[in-house]
Amino acid sequence: MAETVNLTINGQAIQAEKGKLLIEVARENGISIPAFCYYEGLTLQAACRMCLVEVEKTPKLQVGCTLPVAEGMVVHTESETVQKARKGTLEFLLTNHPLDCPVCDKGGECELQDMVFRYGAGESRFTERKVHTPEKQWSPVVYFDAPRCILCYRCVRVCNEGMGVNALGIGNRGVIAEIVPNHHDHLECDECGACIDICPVGALTSGIYRYQTRPWEMDHIGTICTHCGDGCRTTLGVRNDKIIRGNNRDSSGINGEFLCVKGRYAFDFTEHPERLQSPMMKKNGVFEPVSWSEALATVAGKFTLAKEAGGKFGIIGSNHTTNEENYFLQKFARQGLGTKNIDHHRTGDLTTLFDALSDRGNVLATVGDLYTAKSVLVVANDLSQQHPLLAYQIRANVRHHAAHIYAVTSGPVREDNQATASVRVQKGGELAGVESLRDKLKAEGDLVILFGDAIQGDSLRKLIAFGDSLGIPVKYICLLDYSNSRGAFDMGLVPKDGGMSREQMLAAADLDVLWVVGANPLKTAALASSKAFVVVQDMFMTETAQRADVVLPAASAYEKSGTVTNVCGEVQKLKSAIKVMGAKTDLEISGLIAKEMGLNVGIWLPDKMLEEIRQNVRGYNVPLPVLSTGGAASTAPLNGRVAALPGAVSSAGDTLFTSGTLSRYSKILNSVMEAPGELYGGQAPQKRGQ
Amino acid sequence: MTFSPQLEERFAKMLNAYPVGRKRSAVVPMLIYAQDETGAITPELIEEVARRCEVEPLQVDEVVGYYSMLHRKPLGKYHVQVCTNISCMLVGGEELYQHAKKKLGIGHKEVSADGQFSLEEVECMGACSWAPAVEINYDFHHHVTPQQLDELIDKLSAAKKAH
Amino acid sequence: MPLKLFNEPSPLETKVVSKRFGLENSHRLDTYLANDGFKAFLKAREMTPEQIVDEVKASALRGRGGAGFPTGLKWSFVPRTSPKPKYIVINADESEPGTCKDRLLMEYDPFQMIEGILIAGLAMDAHKGYLYIRGEYRYIIDHMDKVIAEGYERGYLGKNIAGTGFDFDLYTHSGAGAYECGEETALLDSLEGKRGIPRMKPPFPAVAGAWASPTLLNNVETFSAVPNIILNGGAAFAALGTPKNGGTRLVCISGHVNKPGVYELPLGFPMLKAIYEVAGGIPGGKKLKAVVPGGSSCPFLRADECDIPMDYDTLAKIGSMLGSGGMVVMDETTDMVKVALRVMRFYAHESCGWCIPCREGTTWLRKILQRFDDGGGRHEDVALLGELSRNMLGRTFCALGDAAAMPTISIVDKFAADFEKRLVTVTV
Repeated sequence: MAETVNLTINGQAIQAEKGKLLIEVARENGISIPAFCYYEGLTLQAACRMCLVEVEKTPKLQVGCTLPVAEGMVVHTESETVQKARKGTLEFLLTNHPLDCPVCDKGGECELQDMVFRYGAGESRFTERKVHTPEKQWSPVVYFDAPRCILCYRCVRVCNEGMGVNALGIGNRGVIAEIVPNHHDHLECDECGACIDICPVGALTSGIYRYQTRPWEMDHIGTICTHCGDGCRTTLGVRNDKIIRGNNRDSSGINGEFLCVKGRYAFDFTEHPERLQSPMMKKNGVFEPVSWSEALATVAGKFTLAKEAGGKFGIIGSNHTTNEENYFLQKFARQGLGTKNIDHHRTGDLTTLFDALSDRGNVLATVGDLYTAKSVLVVANDLSQQHPLLAYQIRANVRHHAAHIYAVTSGPVREDNQATASVRVQKGGELAGVESLRDKLKAEGDLVILFGDAIQGDSLRKLIAFGDSLGIPVKYICLLDYSNSRGAFDMGLVPKDGGMSREQMLAAADLDVLWVVGANPLKTAALASSKAFVVVQDMFMTETAQRADVVLPAASAYEKSGTVTNVCGEVQKLKSAIKVMGAKTDLEISGLIAKEMGLNVGIWLPDKMLEEIRQNVRGYNVPLPVLSTGGAASTAPLNGRVAALPGAVSSAGDTLFTSGTLSRYSKILNSVMEAPGELYGGQAPQKRGQ
Repeated sequence: MTFSPQLEERFAKMLNAYPVGRKRSAVVPMLIYAQDETGAITPELIEEVARRCEVEPLQVDEVVGYYSMLHRKPLGKYHVQVCTNISCMLVGGEELYQHAKKKLGIGHKEVSADGQFSLEEVECMGACSWAPAVEINYDFHHHVTPQQLDELIDKLSAAKKAH
Repeated sequence: MPLKLFNEPSPLETKVVSKRFGLENSHRLDTYLANDGFKAFLKAREMTPEQIVDEVKASALRGRGGAGFPTGLKWSFVPRTSPKPKYIVINADESEPGTCKDRLLMEYDPFQMIEGILIAGLAMDAHKGYLYIRGEYRYIIDHMDKVIAEGYERGYLGKNIAGTGFDFDLYTHSGAGAYECGEETALLDSLEGKRGIPRMKPPFPAVAGAWASPTLLNNVETFSAVPNIILNGGAAFAALGTPKNGGTRLVCISGHVNKPGVYELPLGFPMLKAIYEVAGGIPGGKKLKAVVPGGSSCPFLRADECDIPMDYDTLAKIGSMLGSGGMVVMDETTDMVKVALRVMRFYAHESCGWCIPCREGTTWLRKILQRFDDGGGRHEDVALLGELSRNMLGRTFCALGDAAAMPTISIVDKFAADFEKRLVTVTV
């Protein structure tokens, strides 16, 4: 227990940890000390002077954000002197801040407006000419309006400290000081928009959202990002069934307020003009739009015929669809169609991981663990690009807890900048690289090992043996590509008990039916069976859909309810934000096919399916209150051996700016100059010199 | 980018003056000495200084905007700096500055058409007891009268014509 | 640059740090050695670090940069036994309007300062020093480079100084135009190649200064005073001044005087005597109107407040400061509106922009004063100037906000008539 001190804030007796900052102690006790530049988790600036408070027996007002609490301190945070000082500071601030609130994107959710409402003067004594400079566009995503900027330096810090990108700085001095981008007149960065979201005023605005709406006209729907496997919570601002913005300003979820460019902006694929909005059926070799009933009847008819004829089915599920959809799909396959041939694009070797760790407890790390672990080892992954949230957590851990990072990768990664040691290896040399860190790792208090697809099978067993040999607690994260790769595996979209793998299905010349739900296997492989009846559920006319006989327009993750499981095995709930005419969720589509076939696979409602999952899928008896309140519930998949599976495990190698099919249909992702980027070196910024 | 041998020698010494791993410390002096030779701080120079001092160009850019003696546009061959701060003002500094404007036909931070002269009204340059003061490039001139300023400028103009 | 003196010395001076000014080749090592040079260093070499610091404490020497912090105390804060390297940084960023003395100390008697630095090095166990000189003083930087080269050649810098086994390296470092870099932590950031923004304190530079190492930072004049203190004893130096205000200091007299110049006067020297006798009085027999006692950051004094001894404590008692020794004299014809404007133009130009009250406050004040001076003054401006200044005072990140507020408040309070006079009376 740390030493505590007694102090008084606004007459309230308070006990607090000695040396803790007054602004934090106050907040924990329900007293809000206003501030612009103070921002939890970022370095202190003491620049805005809004948090000035009166401390008895000190002559001057004290700065609440840098003042450590001490025994016997008597503090007044809202005395007349303090309020007058804040009013004075706001009056200064408003001298050059344009009062263009009626057309400012931030109007209605602006911290400066709120602060002036609370302390400011109704009229200004400033009658001089304001400093004005024209607005600048720094990227398709980032716009900067210098006159609105109050120089709180949040954007600079979130970019430097939070993102490790160092793309923003401060130019000029005095009253013309302003935020400047890293390339003179434009930004070259992650385009994550963290700077925009953290801006308390309308100085930084987003090219996607600006002038689209007033904030109070939107519904704010919290759901889970559909791009990578990290499972960031994103709040979609929706008006008239259109997503206008994405952010996470309420800091809910495992990601706090972190989002990358994909989570914050790449929701626009939902309204891409090529989005399928009607079932398509090939007639005489040419796709024609047909009604849902015709399409469903055709599919159900073919499926029934094939089933009755003892035909060979191949079913490829998705990394993006929900657990409920995946569970229903595999149940449909196994019980409804009587086939074991079901698989999905496996991007990490969970089979070996779960088998090797079988009955151990507490060895799978969560996103939260990465913020508290004493050390972290990243093997064979460009984490800042492929798992931006996990990388963000680790950076925060280094800043706040001085954690040690180790990286064993084939090329430069952003983690190098903070790494205690980085090892460059050729493919296949990863374990030797890890071995070279043995002495350093042994000296750590505990360790989380994150590994990419290069570590699979035997290598993975060796990696775990290495972990066991260190003599310290070690946890693992098997890095997976997409938003529900983990769920697809856990729900059983795998060729267990002798089923055919994805590769085997595609290679089987005698395949009768190929049913692809939300995947695009034919982008990289050919389908051997020319006779196969191909059904594809997708949002777009992908390479695989082109080969289909029937294409059924599917809803995106932002248009459905259900749950997804992130790369760390944490289950979170999706909430439908919009509806797209003509498209149906994959659960509904599968359910309707089953109904059309006269099969009873279960009720195709997300809640009903979740109930089945909680009862039947190992490790998924997750608490519903956690899910329904927007939390992340950890799964417990380690209870017994797991048999080996046929087929390949390989990552798609998406960068920070790509996301399989989705990114191809996101104009925003393709509009930034950094896209598509490349792994290892593509997005590793230079180290800021000392 | 390379500089004159003398400057290269200075930079080599400079980079050794600071503790190991602290080459960033050379940013400000390197910029001002380089500017003397290149005439202005160009994006190319920023990149070069960043490379030599092992920092990102943005870190150098931030510095360039901060210091008033660092200029992104070339100054005149002779940069005439007239102090009008309090001590100089009390003994004719402002009048001297107005005179310089007329004499050179340019205003604050402007460059004459022939690129020979630029003018700047500067803050206190530490010559208060010998005011009013003028600094032309790095040469101080004390107790300057308008007539003396004329002579100084004429002499510099003549030196150019003689070439 | 010839070593011609900028102004004739006055017989009323007490020459300690300036005693070699005017000697032929006073900047050369031989001249220095022939005039007590490096005797103090050799003496200090035989003393313990504690003895050196105690001697400086006994001298009652206070920082000559402007803040007037007791030097001995500052020296005692540097953890001599820290395993980190310790650095000495010399503040030669002389930028406080009205101040022009450090350049003389470097130009005329650089080895005296170097000897003071070396003595500090002995006391701190520091072996590297950085002489941060404002960029405008390029001729001084060039001059110091030559002086330092001579020091190295002759064994008074570098390895085994004067055969004592003590090593010390000294480097010049050029600023590039920023008043704010005179603030010691802003200077350190500037030295580290950054924008000159003051640092949050604590930690203080003594603990974590240059490159996060313990650092002693003093002004040129402060270091220059040290050799004499060591050689002749702190008590003797202290006795030259008044209690707690030891020794002499260079006073830079400028403005409306017959003989402006830099004069070395003991602490406690009467201000009026300095104006009327040392500096030869006011031209044309005009009356005194106002005095800036120690650089433009100090609250201005009215003529009737000037009959005082010039020491830190007396100035503090009447609500002003002794500051940096830059004394600006204004006669009865001076328009205080113009003065207030010029002072505020300076601070608005030099505000680093880090914190809101200083960044926005100085500019707003400048704009009001400019409008006022341009003939657009309004009656309520006078009160507004005072109020806005008070809204900055004590609320800014560093002292620059105070430095802008204090003179303005004093001008508005003490010379309100000058403002009233400038108001255009409109009769309908």
